[in-house]
Amino acid sequence: MVTLAPPPAALGDAETVDDTPIALSHGRDAGDQAFRALLAASGAIVLVMLLSILAFLFTQSWWALKTFKWHFFTGTVWSTPIHPGVLGILVGSVLIALIAITLATPIALAIALMINEYAPIRVRAWLTGLVDLLAIVPSIVFGFWGLEALNRYVHGPVSWVADHLGFIPIFRTTQPGTYTDSVFVCGLIVGIMIVPVVASVSREVMSQTPRDACEAAYGLGGTRWGTITDVILPFSRSGIVGGVLLGISRALGETMAVLLVLSPNNVAGKAILGPGNGDVARQIAEYFPVSDIHSQSELTLAGLTLFATTLLFSLGGRLIARRSVAQI
Amino acid sequence: MVDVIGSVAAALALVWLVFELTNISLAGFGFLFCWAVAGYTIYGLLVWRRDGILIMKDRLATVSIWTGAIIALAALAAVIFYVVVKGFPVVIAHFPRFLVYDTSGGKSGNEFGVGQAIVGTVEQVLIATVISVPIAFLTATYLVQSRSVLARLVRNVVDAMTGTPSIIAGLFMFIIWVRPHGVNGKSGFIAALTLSIMMLPVTCRAALEVIRIVPGGLREAAHALGAPERRVVLRVVLPTARVGLITAALLGIARTAGETAEVLFTAGGNAHYNWDPFHGWQDDLPLRIFEQVFQPSREAISIGWGAAFVLMALVLILFTLARVLGSSRSGVRRRLWFRRRTRPVSENVVTSST
Repeated sequence: MVTLAPPPAALGDAETVDDTPIALSHGRDAGDQAFRALLAASGAIVLVMLLSILAFLFTQSWWALKTFKWHFFTGTVWSTPIHPGVLGILVGSVLIALIAITLATPIALAIALMINEYAPIRVRAWLTGLVDLLAIVPSIVFGFWGLEALNRYVHGPVSWVADHLGFIPIFRTTQPGTYTDSVFVCGLIVGIMIVPVVASVSREVMSQTPRDACEAAYGLGGTRWGTITDVILPFSRSGIVGGVLLGISRALGETMAVLLVLSPNNVAGKAILGPGNGDVARQIAEYFPVSDIHSQSELTLAGLTLFATTLLFSLGGRLIARRSVAQI
Repeated sequence: MVDVIGSVAAALALVWLVFELTNISLAGFGFLFCWAVAGYTIYGLLVWRRDGILIMKDRLATVSIWTGAIIALAALAAVIFYVVVKGFPVVIAHFPRFLVYDTSGGKSGNEFGVGQAIVGTVEQVLIATVISVPIAFLTATYLVQSRSVLARLVRNVVDAMTGTPSIIAGLFMFIIWVRPHGVNGKSGFIAALTLSIMMLPVTCRAALEVIRIVPGGLREAAHALGAPERRVVLRVVLPTARVGLITAALLGIARTAGETAEVLFTAGGNAHYNWDPFHGWQDDLPLRIFEQVFQPSREAISIGWGAAFVLMALVLILFTLARVLGSSRSGVRRRLWFRRRTRPVSENVVTSST
């Protein structure tokens, strides 16, 4: 049997040991107050940064807001400086983002499911690393690649769709032969860009499914796909929706790929296979430095509108995602 | 597996036959598409007749997920591969001239390189890192330590700012600094400030994730030993998260190095070397790529590809560094590993036989 010997009396005998309790000054002394002030100040810096960005953009767009009032947000043709209507190019941005997310979501979910459920365990870390690497490829590289390489491969299928499915209004195009500069190709490239983002968020959320629920499903005789549809996907649904909305907000803000690929005509329309619509970020990037002060005010207001739309999507995404994953 | 191979072969034969009989060309997307559909259908029918509908759904899902994931990853990897194929020859020809010359043509008018862009990127990213990483780490610590209203507000603000379109940051800096100062407004430093606007929220969020997973037990033990809050954070929490924080910072740097929209209006671009980020227009790699894409000549476009390769190599090096540092026994595990190894066997334990 093992017993513990009495502790050694090496600290001196009872008369000289100091027994007064230490006063615990938790958070009250000057050093801690200074530290907490420092941390709060750094948080305040971030807050001030966002507020100053919003404030400056708002003051700059004040002229445009005052001059055009409602018509700015309802007009569909961006003919600056006299009749700017942001709806056309905003719809263009949203259309590109929607195409991108429609193409990207099934692919991203497939990648996430493959990494979590189908791939051998030893390969998982490597695949996760690959997806993370693909998420930080610069967007201008994607735009450059799209301009040079993708257009060749896309021409065939897109022209087939335009020729044979042209009766569906969304696929109709007024300018055959310009498929490579179209909204669809742009959406395709942006979609390829946001696949890693959505995939890594989905993978993260899906890996937090409680394993005993999955094992219970297997124990009841379920197949792997059955377990995925009945246990994993319902559990991670909110997180995946959050990831999708995050992808949309990134796609809305994407500038460089759109700038390089899209050739716009700034009119709101439904055809996605031809040049059309435009894109707010692209408009700002191309025209801002060369515009006069009034046009710059209009472009700033357009940028503010885009920012607001992006905020809407990302805040909504976080609200939905927080319902499933506990965070601070 | 044999089923899959058999179905694919059968589908190939079937579609080929049909195409031959109807005289449609074998090349192109249409053939592949019909082959895929036929392969799916044949495989599905095969499994259904043999094993039932439940297994059929499972097998079809397996095939779809594997195909979809592999095609997507291959497409993404093809982008990187294409940049390497187009850019590597440009960089490696008469190495290291491409990295040393600038884009102005040099004395002979024939020596082209992107040295000035590399210098610009390194300087601007360095300044942006020095500005934004400390603030990001402090803010992340604040968000973990405090539960006040301000902290919740800052948390939402950080999350909102990670989704900002990068052109908005460039627009902001252009309005408040570049436009009032005219030609003198653009410089490497202003570009670095714009980059730090976008770098701060991203790094802060990544650091937040890392600091949050430091075990509460370590924190509580430090408190129990009477340490004031600042020592708990500075001596226990942050050193434990040190490796993860370095990884977060490196990933943020890698992402920032490739950002174009911020520097589009603020850096200026320059075909000559400019070592001073505070005066004069400075070039950087994303901006150089952007400029070269629209040039009319083949040589200029190939310089753009070379610059793209250099940028990708830079991002890849930073990313690999981050992964290597992050995967080898992260801070938490290293601390526990040491603790387990060095706990002394107590001399006070006395064994006796019963």
